[in-house]
Amino acid sequence: MAVREEVQEKLVGFQPKLVINQPSHYCPGCQYGLLTRLLAEVIEELDIEGDIIGVSAVGCSIFTHAYLDIDFIDALHGRAPEVASGVKAAHFGKKTVFTLQGDGDLAAIGMGDLINAIARGELLTTIFLNNANYGTTGGQMAPTTIIGQKSTTTPRGRDPEVEGYPIHVAELITSLQRLVYSARCAMNTVKNVRQTKKAITKALRIQMEGLGYSFVEVLSACPSGWKLSPLDSLKWIEEKMMSEYPLGVFKDETGDAVES
Amino acid sequence: MPYLFYDVSRLRHRGIPKMTETILCTGNRAVCYGAIDAGCRHFFGYPITPQNDIPEYMSDELPKLGGIYKQTESEVSSINMVYGAVAAGVRAMTSTSSPGFSLMQEGISGIAAAELPAVLVDVQRGGPGLGTTQTAQMDYFQATKGGGHGGYHQIVLGPHSVQETYELVQMAFHLADVYRIMVIVLMDAILGQMVEQLKREPLDLGPVPEKDWALCGKSAKGGRRDVFSTMLLSPGQYIPYLGKMQDKYEKIEREEIRWAGLFHDDADVLLVSYGSTARITLEAVARARKESRKWGLFRPISLWPFPQEALRKAAEVCKAMVVVEDSMGQMIEDVRLAVKDQVPIHFVGTLKRHLEGPGGMIFPDQVYEEVCRWL
Repeated sequence: MAVREEVQEKLVGFQPKLVINQPSHYCPGCQYGLLTRLLAEVIEELDIEGDIIGVSAVGCSIFTHAYLDIDFIDALHGRAPEVASGVKAAHFGKKTVFTLQGDGDLAAIGMGDLINAIARGELLTTIFLNNANYGTTGGQMAPTTIIGQKSTTTPRGRDPEVEGYPIHVAELITSLQRLVYSARCAMNTVKNVRQTKKAITKALRIQMEGLGYSFVEVLSACPSGWKLSPLDSLKWIEEKMMSEYPLGVFKDETGDAVES
Repeated sequence: MPYLFYDVSRLRHRGIPKMTETILCTGNRAVCYGAIDAGCRHFFGYPITPQNDIPEYMSDELPKLGGIYKQTESEVSSINMVYGAVAAGVRAMTSTSSPGFSLMQEGISGIAAAELPAVLVDVQRGGPGLGTTQTAQMDYFQATKGGGHGGYHQIVLGPHSVQETYELVQMAFHLADVYRIMVIVLMDAILGQMVEQLKREPLDLGPVPEKDWALCGKSAKGGRRDVFSTMLLSPGQYIPYLGKMQDKYEKIEREEIRWAGLFHDDADVLLVSYGSTARITLEAVARARKESRKWGLFRPISLWPFPQEALRKAAEVCKAMVVVEDSMGQMIEDVRLAVKDQVPIHFVGTLKRHLEGPGGMIFPDQVYEEVCRWL
């Protein structure tokens, strides 16, 4: 993280060495790129790049391996916690394994996988990117789509009488005993981005210490899916998403073992 | 019944067996012994009849051997844990029965796409739907044609005895590693539950390529990383990828054909059968020979790749063929493809069982009489 001396201008950013320099396929304003970068920073700071394996999921996370320079495997739709369980078992628990999943993947087709992975006592970390719709396929309703939100399959807005209510995953899973940490963060402000990074750091450290399953939900902008500009998307997170999905730590049983 | 038609020496490499003991056990137990003796220490299982004694035994035995047994929440989960484990470089497997096998198909397609070495045992039961919990051979299409999406192939081995089950499970792990491919051992409830003598002598099948591609973190690989992705969207890579896969499949079709025959060289009537049904058919053939009828048995062991050429040659000798399988007619399609109209082909299948309920079986006398009637 040293400031490069040959650069005379004031350094306003740096690229973590784990970030692979190539054109991004993410839409303008999408926050997957930012989340990938945070992961790169955290992995570097924890100095575990040689012993960590990432599992990405179907959806926009599937190409995370193109930007994050660590061992990676793509899971089928919803199956990331299972694939991660297999990888972890193959190493008899000795490596750090995380899943990076979107809300369509995790909260719909993969909800059972997550719950059972926690219930089975797996030592994994799940980073859950919630952007309230199926982004990759063009903005359909997800289980996390909020009431009134328009999507390509709720063209009149999500009506609870017809489409039901959004799922709050970070709260939902707290009843599971082996889950020791569940937090919800956002990336709409600098402060919240820093908070997200801290939560991810803590989640991975929990796994490295062998304390239990750790889970971080991250509210994230999807301008293409929401049909909003990138800046309006950040406002929408603040005004609409956060009232449905309050930020915070919903479970933390780490005690003093891992500092926040 | 003596271990008639599988030449074990063909399988075994030189080398001192690690242990030898002769025991009585079921086909399902032989699956466990075969896997353990092949060095498999990771098993992911889900209960479904009639294969429950496989995960039950593995849950007891693997931890004693320093291995890991995980009970999953579904067959979907089992196959995806196998996917993760084999990508990380270990020998891992799962077992299931027909409805569970259906659930696994997407994962199997994924494993095929990622070119990972995995082993799956399907102890077939009657279908379609939830079907029965009793024996059948109705997953032949699904296993041999690639039951998932995308037109992949996998090696399918069909043992017919407890001994051969033990050996082919070891062979399955070997072939999986050699070709980086899914290998399915296609059994059935009779084979899984029947008790026979087993000579437990681990096979030495020779070296397999090093798994230098395994996901174990970059530090173990001098900073190099590996990625397994089955999204094939990169420009300029899809068609070469398909071509490379096809080359591999064609190599397997050339080199991994396995079959066995008995009285097939001079048979007028050649009965074609695999798995437990081949045992039933064998008795019908034995009875025919005793009554001076020149019948023979052709038993495919590798169901994919199917022994087409050998069967075609056999058809030049015999005057008629009969396919015996406990289904409504699946393997018969491969037989027809191989033989074309060289000889007439008759079918004896599930409708010839002795009971109308799910517990019926095709008995040797039924096969014998049915073929006599047809001739």
